[in-house]
Amino acid sequence: MSALGELRTLKGGSAPKGRRQNKAAYLFLLPWFLGLAVITIGPMISSLYLSFTKYNLLSPPKFTGLTNIERMIEDERLHHSLLVTFQYVFISVPLQLALALLLAVVLDRGLRGLAIYRSVFYLPSLLGASVAIAVLWRQLFGYDGLVNQVLAWFGIEGQGWISSPDTALGTLMILNVWTFGSPMVIFLAGLRQIPTMYYEAASVDGASRWQQFWRITMPMLTPIIFFNLILQIIGAFQSFTQAFVVSGGTGGPVDSTLFYTLYLYQRGFTSLDMGYASAMAWLLLVIIGAFTALNFWASKYWVFYDDQD
Amino acid sequence: MTRTDLPTEPAPVTEWVVTGEPIEDIRDRRRRRAAMRKPFTSILRHVLLIAAAALMLYPVIWMVVSSLRPNELIFREPGIILDSFEVSNYTDGWNALSYPFNVYLLNSAIVVIGSIIGNLVSCSLAAYAFARLEFAGKKWWFAIMLVTIMLPIHVVIVPQYILFSQLGWVNTFLPLIVPKLLATDAFFIFLMVQFIRGIPRELDEAARIDGAGHPRIFAQIILPLMVPALATTTIFTFIWTWNDFFSQLIFLTKPSLYTVPLALNAFQDSQSSTDFGQLFAMSVVALLPIFLIFLFGQKYLIKGIATTGIK
Repeated sequence: MSALGELRTLKGGSAPKGRRQNKAAYLFLLPWFLGLAVITIGPMISSLYLSFTKYNLLSPPKFTGLTNIERMIEDERLHHSLLVTFQYVFISVPLQLALALLLAVVLDRGLRGLAIYRSVFYLPSLLGASVAIAVLWRQLFGYDGLVNQVLAWFGIEGQGWISSPDTALGTLMILNVWTFGSPMVIFLAGLRQIPTMYYEAASVDGASRWQQFWRITMPMLTPIIFFNLILQIIGAFQSFTQAFVVSGGTGGPVDSTLFYTLYLYQRGFTSLDMGYASAMAWLLLVIIGAFTALNFWASKYWVFYDDQD
Repeated sequence: MTRTDLPTEPAPVTEWVVTGEPIEDIRDRRRRRAAMRKPFTSILRHVLLIAAAALMLYPVIWMVVSSLRPNELIFREPGIILDSFEVSNYTDGWNALSYPFNVYLLNSAIVVIGSIIGNLVSCSLAAYAFARLEFAGKKWWFAIMLVTIMLPIHVVIVPQYILFSQLGWVNTFLPLIVPKLLATDAFFIFLMVQFIRGIPRELDEAARIDGAGHPRIFAQIILPLMVPALATTTIFTFIWTWNDFFSQLIFLTKPSLYTVPLALNAFQDSQSSTDFGQLFAMSVVALLPIFLIFLFGQKYLIKGIATTGIK
């Protein structure tokens, strides 16, 4: 069902030479080949080269060897931005997926109005990436914002959640959790694929709902959990808009919302330190690749594929 | 991930097109009957779900209501009942920046429409080749295509910026549209490949016997049958492009070329303490197209993410 599933099951062996339709295929693929070369692979190679240069757009790139890497090792703001990003990814993604799974399971039990609930819960994931919602978030969690007004009813005096370095990142995590709708829809689709006979057989054997959930639903759903996990982690590492808008592009207060991509943007497109920004981009690629690989490796131990013979 | 998704066993077309699958209906009915036996837990579940839904949507509704309130009331009124109806936030907000908001809406529309056309044309061509044709290195090209889906834009953005600025394309819409014409949104290739695999090959064979070549099979058999996949692509391209901020921020710096997200961002910067009514009003304007797409394109949205896992 997913790109990941495809990669996992990609099989060897090509068609016999006689059946090939090379010319037609390459014509159909021409735009894609061009894009791959000019927009994707060319720039990737070029950015790898720029990683070892000093380049500010105005004068030609100057090869500086490992200087950028040395700078990255010493750049405390970069380390801080990594820390912020890791916190964001590894706190908000599990919370988001847990909520998505919980609601998917609650909704799956033949509930009246499933379609309406599904739509309502899904809507925020369409809106969440927009500047407009980030604008709203900044006001919601401001000192005079809606959140503090509601807290005041309970006699709690709030603070400026966005303007405090201790809580600013937390508001962005809440925003990410708020967009749990799209993994929820994927979970719902996954739940529908579990054959009912498993539950029927379990009921006959006297298994409780709780046992059925842990012994049937969860194992059968692990491929979907794995898929959502990979997808959301990759996505969360690249978050940019919300932090940019909420902090006015600074990553503040006191760099507390300085996402890695935001710092990369500042280096590359505000300071025109493009060699350094390229090196940072490759580090991001390595980090995302490493976590994805780690995930794939770990999946052997907890992901159950029903289609394995 | 499940049996039907293996490349060798494509899912039937009907599974995509028909919304309420009969098997699910039976299952739902059985479960619903079971649930009715316990009316109390069922009601409790609805109450909790409605509370959760209300909690989630409340901030957005509050923003819409606040956009119709006089500025001084916004941060004193957590409720969503309107006493007055202040349209001036919309009329004033519309003209608050150096250009009226219709300029930004038009700019966004140009980028969105260009991207949709680009994705529809280039991705469907590539998808046809991957789904229907045999060619040297197909497996590897397909794997590369899948990997590019997950590639972060950051590793290519700096050289892309250099390339487009040498071409004189910075501060035009071209850097935002031309890549789509070259099928760089590989997500949609994958989505369409999945769909085409579900179309019976007998149809192609029949056309081939009648003497049709690949261009005709593609244009006259496959394209008309893959309309649902094209609709999904259109809708997602619309939403992603409309919401896109990062690449627009990089390639568009002239205020006359600002798209809606850039304009909103500029608006927020310029009004850092006052006129929240206007800011909210224009935010509502920015969200409205997404909301409309959501209302009318839900079927394709849900199918789309359920099938490919896109956001």
